[in-house]
Amino acid sequence: MMKDFLKGLWSQHPIFRQLLGMCPTLAVTTSAENGIYMGLAVIFVLVFSSLVVALIKKFIPHQVRIAVYTVIIATFVTIVHIFLKAQYPDVSMALGPYVPLIIVNCIILGRCEAFASKHSVSTTLYDALGMGVGFTWGLFILGSIREFFGSGTVLGVAVLGSAYNPLVVMILPAGAFLVLGFLVAIMNGLERWKI
Amino acid sequence: MENLILIFISTVLINNLVLTYFLGICPFLGVSGKLESSFGMGMAVTFVMTLATSISWLIYHFVLLPWNMVFLQYVIFILVIASLVQIVEMFIRKFSSPLYQSLGIYLPLITTNCSILGVAIFMVTRNYHFAEAVVFGFSGGLGFALVLLIMAGIRQELEYADVPGVFKGAALTLIIAGLLSLIFMGFSGLVSS
Repeated sequence: MMKDFLKGLWSQHPIFRQLLGMCPTLAVTTSAENGIYMGLAVIFVLVFSSLVVALIKKFIPHQVRIAVYTVIIATFVTIVHIFLKAQYPDVSMALGPYVPLIIVNCIILGRCEAFASKHSVSTTLYDALGMGVGFTWGLFILGSIREFFGSGTVLGVAVLGSAYNPLVVMILPAGAFLVLGFLVAIMNGLERWKI
Repeated sequence: MENLILIFISTVLINNLVLTYFLGICPFLGVSGKLESSFGMGMAVTFVMTLATSISWLIYHFVLLPWNMVFLQYVIFILVIASLVQIVEMFIRKFSSPLYQSLGIYLPLITTNCSILGVAIFMVTRNYHFAEAVVFGFSGGLGFALVLLIMAGIRQELEYADVPGVFKGAALTLIIAGLLSLIFMGFSGLVSS
């Protein structure tokens, strides 16, 4: 059980090891806060879609399984999207089109296909939670780095003072690619030295 | 007409889907190793994206809006895309074997390409009318193909370069994408809004 949970946090990390779910990873991490919101939305969708798939896996015909998974995911994403719009309009504005785009986040479809369709409901729950939390800390790290250099703040609080001239490139799209590139390289290095 | 040309230029160069909206990064990282397969993927995406945007527009304006079912738009759009990919695949397998040889293997990958759904969603939020939506879908696909080809060209050259081990593969591709994104920012003065 614990192993299913922990693998998503490090050894099979969805962002750094599997390179899945790249569009939200790069797009919403202009600040650490946005990263966490996106992570929470993905955890919700991932956990519920995986559970539903694990529950009804026996009734899904093999040929149309991908379409069925996609419809299940799209339903939960619609729930999240409407909920955010009604309760947290600011968050909904900040994440923009990337909330509906959770539908095509390959982490979720990937977990449904590779794990939930082959395992029991309880194992699936641990796997989905692990992957979701792993994804969230990845977004948080990426968002923190970009926010720190790009606006000189940590979680919205200014820490570098007015003398700091922000590196605007960090919050531009180019900065997202560069920071993630270096983070992936660092993770490769850690793996190489067996950490 | 002027409007359509502006949409075309801005979607291909200024607001490129891959480099500014991060749509379609997964195939971008996966397929950009070889020029030939990038070309195939780019053409397949352009084709499906144009069709998917047109059909989604028709469904959104003639079914979802009048029947007050806008909340179903994401479920409907993704179904349109998935079935369209399936139909296109069956169609070209039946009628054109050389085309199937070159595009066929990329088609199943397209369903999970976020750029297709992304374009359908942008088309709704930006209130495009039909002609604008078609041009937007077509130029979105061309922009994707353009960046994919540039990336494949660079990566083919880099095959023989001596890169530090930890940067091999995805890390280096991401950094190159970052540099490309910086370069494409140079186009931003092209259209003054």
